[in-house]
Amino acid sequence: MEEIVFDFGFVLTHYNYWMFVVLMMTGLYITVSRGNLVKKVVGLNIFQTAVFLLYVSMGKIVGGTAPILTGEPGTVYSNPLPHVLILTAIVVGIATTALALALVVRIRETYDTIEEDEIIALELAMDTTAKASAAGSER
Amino acid sequence: MLAMIEANLPALQVVLPMLAAPICAMLGRGARAWALTMVAVLLAFAVAVSLFVATLDGTIISYRMGNWAPPIGIEYRVDILNAFVLLVISGIALFVLPYARASVAHEISEERQPLFYSAFLLCLTGLLGVTITGDAFNIFVFLEISSLSTYALIATGAERNKRALTAAYNYLIMGTVGATFFVIGIGMLYMITGTLNLADLAQRIAEHGDSRTLRMGFVFILIGVGLKLAMFPLHLWLPNAYSFAPSAVTAFIAATATKVAIYVLLRFMFTVFGFDYDFQAATLRHVVLPLAIVAMFAASIVAVFQDDLKRMLAYSSIAQVGYMLLGLTFLSHTGLMASVIHLFNHAVTKGALFMVAGCYIFAAGTSSISSLRGIGRDMPWTTAAFVVAGLSLIGLPLTVGFVSKWYLVLAALELNWWPVALLIMASSLLAIIYIWRVVETAYLQPAPEGVVRKEAPLWMLLPTWGLAALSVFFGTYAALTTAAASRAASALISASNMLWQ
Repeated sequence: MEEIVFDFGFVLTHYNYWMFVVLMMTGLYITVSRGNLVKKVVGLNIFQTAVFLLYVSMGKIVGGTAPILTGEPGTVYSNPLPHVLILTAIVVGIATTALALALVVRIRETYDTIEEDEIIALELAMDTTAKASAAGSER
Repeated sequence: MLAMIEANLPALQVVLPMLAAPICAMLGRGARAWALTMVAVLLAFAVAVSLFVATLDGTIISYRMGNWAPPIGIEYRVDILNAFVLLVISGIALFVLPYARASVAHEISEERQPLFYSAFLLCLTGLLGVTITGDAFNIFVFLEISSLSTYALIATGAERNKRALTAAYNYLIMGTVGATFFVIGIGMLYMITGTLNLADLAQRIAEHGDSRTLRMGFVFILIGVGLKLAMFPLHLWLPNAYSFAPSAVTAFIAATATKVAIYVLLRFMFTVFGFDYDFQAATLRHVVLPLAIVAMFAASIVAVFQDDLKRMLAYSSIAQVGYMLLGLTFLSHTGLMASVIHLFNHAVTKGALFMVAGCYIFAAGTSSISSLRGIGRDMPWTTAAFVVAGLSLIGLPLTVGFVSKWYLVLAALELNWWPVALLIMASSLLAIIYIWRVVETAYLQPAPEGVVRKEAPLWMLLPTWGLAALSVFFGTYAALTTAAASRAASALISASNMLWQ
């Protein structure tokens, strides 16, 4: 393992990774901390977008153009593979968001709320009534 | 014609259920959709059997998707290990599906059944795809196909209990976070090596040696897959998801989804990172080993205090995942073998137990243990199947549970880790307590008056008994599974030895 030396120039030139870290942590924090089910989904989206950014920026080559054949031998291309991978990941992300929002709609219809703490309170109440009715049927 | 089918078997394994899924959704009636699903599952099972037979002698089948040569193109790579896992997944699907007909008709309304079966097929596609593919990003895509359809399948339990919706939602949030962590890990590996093919990755990582990026990649993959397989502190989605899903879904995902995640972990740890990767060995010994042991005890103790049978079995699943992870951490041939055997054994045992819970829900309308009093007399066959599979969960001799615990203890003693061996046996005692609670309620307590409970229909009983019988059969003739598991373990070890030495 190499020694950890703080190199300001290195940090500055890799600012794309810092943006990835900040976005990823923002998204993850929203997903964990918000009680609103839709906001959680939005947080998840930001988290996933951060990963898309990580992939897209790692395919970039300094001075490279879009990977289209120009016929000139000296052209530098960006690596297209991570970009293509991320197209797939975006599709997966959209499917996940669609399913999550569909579930939120169903939850709103059955629970009449999309706040997590209210849902937990409702579910606790369901548990206690279920136990009370079970105790009642034993008698 | 036959030669063409044989050459394309790895592709057919995934494509057959995938093509059947949209057709299934268009059929419009439950019975027709079920019949088509049955055909697709039968074909998938036949393909898995022929792949297993073809790889039994150690051949590795490499299939080029769309005839693009690896490592550029996507490669399907079948060796004895994933052929074994493919066989387990499609075999469990083959048992669950006949059972699902009556159970699903009871729990899900007629117009939703075609969609249910097409989600089931998609889930099967995803699980088979994760297992068969030799491409890291492909694993992520298939993992998400199976996970997304699993969320939908769990949410269909809402017709019986509306809490299935929140269970599915929470699983979706945690599962997606896990999958995204997995992608970040793959991204790190891609940064180092510039390849996504698993075999190619392994080679280039070995040439590259250790680095901080590699370590980060390893940790992200471990945590991402850990969320999917319910590794102890990341298991929070599992109890609700298993308890509120429809019975047939619980039986299917409990027996397959976590096992496939274990397979992914095995594949990454021993094929990609290699057996001798120091950082991995240290993480396994100092982080995964204690967590696995805590899971074995904490989850079993929580299981003892559950009132709902499905919930109790769900907690027991978390404990059993602990055993499989424990086998990995020994980093030895016997330990790996124990993990692979337990993967099969637990699939069979837990499948049978969750099917029994489904039979109770079908006949008595509930899986709450306190309301199952005296049910052993009303439903003798179902309850007897519970006893047989329960004994296997505890690990009594002549059942499969004994075989896996035997090899686990053996692996611990090989390393002179006798405290671990003692802990394995002690945690089995906890399984006796929670299984006995159910047996005692079902047989020794009087049935409540005025309750009519009939035996479950034949087509639910037969698959349940089929799996229970398998758990005894492979417990008695253990040589069949141990031979396959032993070869799979040697394949993993020899592949990584070649790279690092």
